[in-house]
This record gives sequence, structure tokens and C-alpha cells, in this order.
Amino acid sequence: MTIDSIKNGIVIDHIQAGKGMYLYEVLGLEKLDCSVAIIKNVISRKMGKKDIIKIDSMIDLDLDVLGYVDPGITVNIIRDGKTIEKKNLQLPERITGVIKCKNPRCITSVEQEIEHVFKLTDREKGIYRCIYCESKAKK
Amino acid sequence: MKSLIDILDLSTEEINELIETADDIIANHDKYSEICHGKKLATLFFEPSTRTRLSFEAAMLELGGNILGFSEAASSSSAKGESVSDTVKVVSCYADIIAMRHPKEGAPLVASMKSDVPVINAGDGGHNHPTQTLTDLLTIHREMGRLSDLTIGLCGDLKFGRTVHSLIAAMSRYENIKFVLISPDELKLPDYIKVDVIEKKGIPYVENPDLEDAMPQLDILYMTRVQRERFFNEQDYIRLKDSYVLTPEKLKNAKETMRILHPLPRVNEISVAVDNDPRACYFRQALNGKYIRMALILKLLGLEA
Repeated sequence: MTIDSIKNGIVIDHIQAGKGMYLYEVLGLEKLDCSVAIIKNVISRKMGKKDIIKIDSMIDLDLDVLGYVDPGITVNIIRDGKTIEKKNLQLPERITGVIKCKNPRCITSVEQEIEHVFKLTDREKGIYRCIYCESKAKK
Repeated sequence: MKSLIDILDLSTEEINELIETADDIIANHDKYSEICHGKKLATLFFEPSTRTRLSFEAAMLELGGNILGFSEAASSSSAKGESVSDTVKVVSCYADIIAMRHPKEGAPLVASMKSDVPVINAGDGGHNHPTQTLTDLLTIHREMGRLSDLTIGLCGDLKFGRTVHSLIAAMSRYENIKFVLISPDELKLPDYIKVDVIEKKGIPYVENPDLEDAMPQLDILYMTRVQRERFFNEQDYIRLKDSYVLTPEKLKNAKETMRILHPLPRVNEISVAVDNDPRACYFRQALNGKYIRMALILKLLGLEA
């Protein structure tokens, strides 16, 4: 299968196989007018299988969301057909509007307009907790 | 403008300052009697709590200030569906400081993010109750003369007891602390406190379901109520509520210097026969609650005597 290489845009590589569509949704890529390709189950030497997303435009990506979903992801910035920057990700300190707090006793369960915000409380174990009720996030 | 949502919002230095102020209020009460003249405290209690609310109100009145507010959600605009954020935005137009109790966890944090005046968390569900912890710290300091080098026994409902969780978090910051966790299996301290707070800081602790066996080593015995409202099932409540009842007989092997604390209200977990024991200090603790809240109001309003 061939997907055109992009001239100016972003390639999100090394996505765990199966997570491509989830990332497409949480990054809100369906709102873009440019071409976006999700390539699933690409053979990878490092990972066995991986997903890739190609975005044919230079957009502002929420790297925090990417870092939370999988810090192993790499983001390649392409300009004039060449990779000009490779961004390695890490777990963000805070993440807003991505994880939903599931604690029925949390204030976010009754007041819909409050943004769901989680903070990293243990970098080693990758544990995030709701800033309001401190419940652990479940991926 | 600073609010108090979690006891860990305060550094140990700030806690020491509050304790010093509270001690000074106790020693020189008159000096503080008009210091909050013209200031208003709003007590927004979306969930009933007589003693915490009265303690806040007494604190403000003794500082010469005024109070306004409501004592249950039914008599507030939340009954009409108003959000916490909107209620607080409006109330911060009328008051200089807010004390809020709410059944939902995190509601006071939401309030503090929207308010133009300081917000004090007066209890949010089973989550935090920092002014109770300040009360406990002031009491331990006044009774023992220190907040370090203590073996602290926590007895009763360690699973849902927010006062226990906050006290552990606060005491974990002092030197040479040991915890003895005394509870039935069903009400054990949750792992996220045991692992993330106690073990992470390398603090020694033992779990001992036998209150009498644990007694001789304790400097502080912190009793808690097995709360009916934390149970989904009435039968579980009835089966467990009498698990740990403190009586004069159980105190036989306790140190003379030990102190018994309880956040109150008690049901029957401390026999009234214990009340006259000099080691029982839970009513002094309730009084300390007013003094530490006075100190806190002054600090958050930036006032000094």
C-alpha cells in the first residue's frame, strides 16, 4: 500500500498498533480540512506492528495529549519534503480535557462545564490523578 | 489571595506560624477581639455540619467580624440548579472570605478557582478536611509540646475517614513519626495512602487489628467514628460499628502521657467513662478547632494583631 509522502506537515510515528484511531479522535484531527492518513499495522522492526498518522499541513499539535497516550511516540516535522525536527515526547505534568474522571463522588460528575484536569503524581509509574478528587486515571 | 483546600497547601513553616498565632490567641484573647471588624465570613454549607460551621462562625465572631451564609443545600440557590462556580462568584461579591462544605469531592477547589476572595475547604465529601487536620495538629502540639518523635495510633474507620488521611499526610512531614493502623479488615487504610504517602516516605508503620495490643506503644490514639453515611449497605454498618470501642479497661496499659483525640461527633466508639481520664482531650480539641480557625482566617485575610 502506498501513501503519498508529505511536503509540509507532520508525521506521528511509532504509535502502538491499534491506537491510531484513538489518537485521531483525541487530537481532533477530524476537524482538519487537509489530507490526513491513518496507517494501521505497519510492520516495524522495533515494535513488530505500529500505526502512523500523516497530516498534510503544519498544525499546532497537542504534544501533551500525545505524551500521555504514549510517550514512545515520535513526532516528525516535515518541511519541503525533509524531516527538519524529531520530537521525543514525555509524560506531561498536566492534561486537560482528555481523561474523564469516573469517580461518582467528584464534583465533575455533576457540573458538566468543569474541565476534567489530571496531574502527573508519579512519573515512574505514569500515574495521573484528578486535580479535584485525586482519583487515579484509568487508561 | 490564597485559599486552603488541602492541608498540604500549607508548608510546615506556615503550619508552625498558625500554631503560634493560635497559641497567642489563647493567651491574649482580647488582643484579637476587634481585629476583623468590618469583615464578613460566608459559610456555604451544601451539606449539614453543625460543629464545623459553628466553629467557623464562632471564630469569626470572636475576631470581631460578621457572618452570613446557609447551612444546607436546600436553602441555597444550588437547589435551583446553580453551579458551585456561579454561587461562589456571587458570594465573593458579598464576603471577604468563604468557608465551604460540599458533598462532592473537589467542589471547594472549583470554588477557589472562581472566587475573588480566599476559600477554605470545610470538608468535601470523603476527600479533604484541612481545618480538622489543623485542629488535630494544634491539639497534638499543645498536649505533647511537639509534632515530631511520636507514635500515632489511628483507630476505627481508616478507609473512609478523611480526617485520618489528612492527618497521615500532614504528620508524614515531621521527623521520627511511626503509625499504628488499627482497624477491621473492611475499613483498612487505602493503598493509595499506604503506598503513596507512608511507604514512599519510608515511615515505619504496622497494621494491628487489636486495639489493646497496640495500646502500650502509643503517644497519640486517634479514634474515629464508623460513619453510617459512608456505607452503601446498612447491614455492613451495623456489623462494624462496634468493632473498636475505647473503654477505661482498654486504657490500662496505655502510657500516662498518651493523648486520645477524636474529630467528633462520637457515637459509642469512646465510652463516656473515658471522658474524665486526663488523657482524653477530644473536647479540648474541639475548642482548639475554633482557635486554629481564627488563626487561619487572620492569615488568609492578611491581618496581624
